[in-house]
Amino acid sequence: MSTFISVTPENRPIAIAAAFTVVIVLIGTGYTLATQGTAPMLTMSYLLQQLQIGSFLGLCAAGMMMVILLGHIDLSLPWTLTAAAMMATTVGGAWAIPAGLSVGLVVGVVNGLGVSYLRIPSMIFTLGVDSVLRGLMIAHTGGFAPQTEATPLMRFLAADKIAGLPAAVFVWGAVSVVITIILTRTGFGKSIYATGAKESAAFLSGIRTHWVIIGAFVASSLCASMAGILLAGYSAKAYQGMGAPFLLPAIAAVVLGGTHILGGRGRFLGTLIGVVLIVFLNSVLSIMQMPEAFRQIIYGVVIVSMLLVYGRENKARH
Amino acid sequence: MMIRFKSWVGRNRGFTGALLLFTVLFIGYHILHPRGFSTSVFIQNANESVVIGFLAMAQTVPVLMGGLDLSVGAVMTLTNTIASHVVTGSPLQMVGGMIVTLSAGTAFGLMNGLIVVFGRIQPIIATLATGAIASGLALLVRPSPGGDISSDLNWALTNAVFDFAETYGFADNGNAAWLQPIANVPVPLVILFVLGVCVWVPFKRTVTGRTVYAVGSAESAAYMSGLPVARAKIAAFTLAGFFASCAGLYLAIQTSSGNADINQAGAYTLNSIAAVVLGGTSLLGGVGGAIGSLVGAGILRVISFYFRILSIDPLLQSLIEGLVLLAAVSIGAIRTFRVKNKLELFR
Repeated sequence: MSTFISVTPENRPIAIAAAFTVVIVLIGTGYTLATQGTAPMLTMSYLLQQLQIGSFLGLCAAGMMMVILLGHIDLSLPWTLTAAAMMATTVGGAWAIPAGLSVGLVVGVVNGLGVSYLRIPSMIFTLGVDSVLRGLMIAHTGGFAPQTEATPLMRFLAADKIAGLPAAVFVWGAVSVVITIILTRTGFGKSIYATGAKESAAFLSGIRTHWVIIGAFVASSLCASMAGILLAGYSAKAYQGMGAPFLLPAIAAVVLGGTHILGGRGRFLGTLIGVVLIVFLNSVLSIMQMPEAFRQIIYGVVIVSMLLVYGRENKARH
Repeated sequence: MMIRFKSWVGRNRGFTGALLLFTVLFIGYHILHPRGFSTSVFIQNANESVVIGFLAMAQTVPVLMGGLDLSVGAVMTLTNTIASHVVTGSPLQMVGGMIVTLSAGTAFGLMNGLIVVFGRIQPIIATLATGAIASGLALLVRPSPGGDISSDLNWALTNAVFDFAETYGFADNGNAAWLQPIANVPVPLVILFVLGVCVWVPFKRTVTGRTVYAVGSAESAAYMSGLPVARAKIAAFTLAGFFASCAGLYLAIQTSSGNADINQAGAYTLNSIAAVVLGGTSLLGGVGGAIGSLVGAGILRVISFYFRILSIDPLLQSLIEGLVLLAAVSIGAIRTFRVKNKLELFR
């Protein structure tokens, strides 16, 4: 509790986002109590189910955060995710998951090379890569829904339970631990923050910024491909457009968690809370059977108003 | 004269390159076209380029300022649905409807600007959120596609100047001698260039317009020089809203209907960024212009025209589009290998 009373400026967004998540859950519970007289949102099974759904977004956001910390962005997430899922189901067997992950590795290296060596703005380069991946996958499937199915291991990781908890949550948790360690305990993590804060200063301090950028993009694409593999396991197959609904929520989760969109600042805990916030917001809106129109509006208003509370830039000019 | 021309090319290398690429692609298209150059094909091409052209201009202004407007596609969709309701009835009512549509989009852009300036939120994330709001509003305005925009208006604005004059019965139904030199020019191109030249060029020459460039180059220097930074930022987003609503209005007239298609909005936003970059505007801000973005939008469209005349497998279309986009931006990146001082690469 003491952490809530004395929050440092860096933790303020995280505390506010967490508080707001609680408010959302309370609103949802109040709504169900008023209409049905029950409180399904507070049951264990419901929360576990939300965690399972959240793990896909959580993986996407974890990778996206590494790139945003550099002040870059990875718009190739949707089709990296889809391509990994499609390759995994196409290859099948024991090599399904390695095949999917290697898609992520290749995409990440290409993105990183384009952004670091060619100095093309990440926004436009990853957009082009996304389009190329989409083209490759459309050519691969012939434009039809792929007929291949997820392997049993993929299904197990995505949909089964280990010790009462969804297995997908363990994957998300493992990735989260790895990324937290990378960001806080390793030289690579410190280099990411340094490069994101000021690339020229980082370069002059002897950090090989090119490699840092490539590493972050590889991490982002690997996370996206992991999400793709899990999602394919969850729905038993890969399908066109499975990645599109994850791009903007992933960016929103990272930013709502207090990571600065221009890079250099942000904690992984914030991204976790941001993901939870978005997952609960979505689920409360669907419990209320909110039409798509109001969903979009509420989504936008929540992001703007939360950023108005804590995302404001300093007025002093640098 | 030659020296001035050379120095102009040197200062506008991105724009010149884009213009060359567009010219080569466009001439190549008409040479390869089975029926050669004809007015009808030209009109069709022009019609398909207007919406992305307007959106590219819309995106240019915030990009010049060093920001980005991720809501242009959504604002286009919103104004498209509004137009499908209000641009009906007598000619006077239709003009009123157009004004309502354009002011709605401009007001939305103004709101973006106010949020960015007074809320002090990064443009990219602020417009991401307002874009969601605009998509939601569009769905409210028109839950299912539809609308009845006068077919006369549709015909008049999507054909040659001659047909425009004939529809509304002026200049001897389009047969007047003074109209002949431009009788075969597509109306959509006229609209695009008239708005581009009458809105963008004067804006660029005002103090506010110059400040947009200054903010993109060095915001703190612009502030220290006493330039109206806040006003320029608000104006940039307002102008983006205006151009986006022009796109929405034209889309409504072109399709005679409104459609709150959110996926389409997202695709158009991303394409507008691609067009801006292809047109020689730097995503870092400070360099480029809206006319270049028009050329960039033209390049994007011409590439897709090629798919029709060359029998390329439609399944390969988005692969080739992506490769062309990557190749085009990579050519522009070759200078990074000639830079002697590595520190100049970082900004």
